[in-house]
Amino acid sequence: MTNRLVDVDALAARVPNGAKLAVFKEPCVPMDLIRALIRRQVRDLHLVTIPAGNFQAELLIAGGCVATIETSGVSLGEFGPAPAFTEAVKSGALKILDATCPAIYAQMQAGEKGQPFTTLRGLIGSDVLKYRDDFTVIDNPFPPHDPVAVLPPIKPDVGVIHAPLADRNGNVWIGRQPELKTLAHASATCLVTVEEIVDFDLMADERYSAAVVPEFYISGLAHAPRGAWPIATPGYHERDDDHLAAYSSLAATPEGRADYLNAHVFGREAAE
Amino acid sequence: MIENSATTEELLIDVIARLLDGVRHVAVGVLSPIPGSGALLAAERAHRDPMKPEVKVSIIGSLKEPYRTDGGVDLFDCAGQGRLDAFFLSGGQIDGAANINLVGVGDYPQSTVRWSGSFGSAYLYYMVPRVILFREKHNRRTLVESVDFISAPGTSPANVYRPGGPAALVTELCLFSFDRERARFRLESVHPGHTLDEVRDQTGFDFDVAPDCGETVPPSAEALETIRTIVAGRIADPYPQFAESRFGVTQEAACGL
Repeated sequence: MTNRLVDVDALAARVPNGAKLAVFKEPCVPMDLIRALIRRQVRDLHLVTIPAGNFQAELLIAGGCVATIETSGVSLGEFGPAPAFTEAVKSGALKILDATCPAIYAQMQAGEKGQPFTTLRGLIGSDVLKYRDDFTVIDNPFPPHDPVAVLPPIKPDVGVIHAPLADRNGNVWIGRQPELKTLAHASATCLVTVEEIVDFDLMADERYSAAVVPEFYISGLAHAPRGAWPIATPGYHERDDDHLAAYSSLAATPEGRADYLNAHVFGREAAE
Repeated sequence: MIENSATTEELLIDVIARLLDGVRHVAVGVLSPIPGSGALLAAERAHRDPMKPEVKVSIIGSLKEPYRTDGGVDLFDCAGQGRLDAFFLSGGQIDGAANINLVGVGDYPQSTVRWSGSFGSAYLYYMVPRVILFREKHNRRTLVESVDFISAPGTSPANVYRPGGPAALVTELCLFSFDRERARFRLESVHPGHTLDEVRDQTGFDFDVAPDCGETVPPSAEALETIRTIVAGRIADPYPQFAESRFGVTQEAACGL
């Protein structure tokens, strides 16, 4: 464990340019690590949002880190559209693979299980399917032999997670978002930030063990209290609504986004 | 003194609740306070009627245990197994064949207008038996002859497995039902204060008109009372600003309900 506990910038250094990087939906997301990735100026990421994108995706796009996005949708929720995402798709600067939420979950499960493909109902007749060269339709091999969409597995090079707890052995307690376990299993490298490091063995405690990702799957771990800011971590801190509303209005222009990044991403390092 | 006339939002909540009559489990997506309120009204009505089964309401984003769903795998698994009877979808564009577009306007992918994305629609529209399309703003920009991108189609060929699909379209002006055989909307009623001509004028697609099409029945006094007390209190959890601005109910006060 001790050799795995590093700081957030050291985690960011482990994400190579061009990596397929998977991020999970809010709340409890590794914003400190996202900021460190922007500071280290990682480039040409293939970003996969599980299943939809939020402030993490928006900020990575604003920071110029993303070449391709595979997503069911990107928005800032009640704070409105994601301006950097919207602009980059319209200009063609960002390649988009439009998906649908259950497809991404099913593809991630296929990646976890090491299977060559998965199938999903729906999709047939949609332009989501039409524009995905990597999706296809086969006949159900079983009666009634009806058409069914076939999707490739999602196997991220790197999955990033913010979680409530880790123990001294490097086991991570993910709390109430069970899909994070699938994400950790499917990703070749899983990088984790946590609110707290505890002194007991999470695997040995029945109250925690069902929601633990064992250290076997964890490639790097950093202690990052309030690491999801300005997004909430339930049980630890609330969402910073004023901050997100301010981003939403500032981010309407490229200059505004640059000012934001200078103040809250690049400037944050200088302040520390 | 209680105001006896319904606001447009209260009317829409009541219309949606009536469309949900008989469902066992309804889920509500993000940013949907009016569909959420309609689902909670339907649930309260079923709860008071000993002849009706209880209604489970799942509101994505709610922190209250009875309504909690995080929009994760469970929601889609429920739909795949037939454990979800009703859901709400919308669209930046909706056309006369009930195709919905949540992606953008113009050529794909470099569209002139880009919205967030299709989210769960390209699956749930096929799988949930009673999908209610809710689009409050009713104009020709939104209700178009043909969508620019099909996030999910209104109907499917007979050989495609499709237990679900659109049942109705609710807007600020009117209520349409959807005929899956004919792939056409049918105007069922026009909300008080609006006219058939106005609906035709503001709708970009051709539609049928029900022989008995009349004015939408406004909420009863009992329905209004329920909306303004019980529903307002419960919707304050996922949508505190909505509950406070429309019904004067604060989240703190609602915790006692």
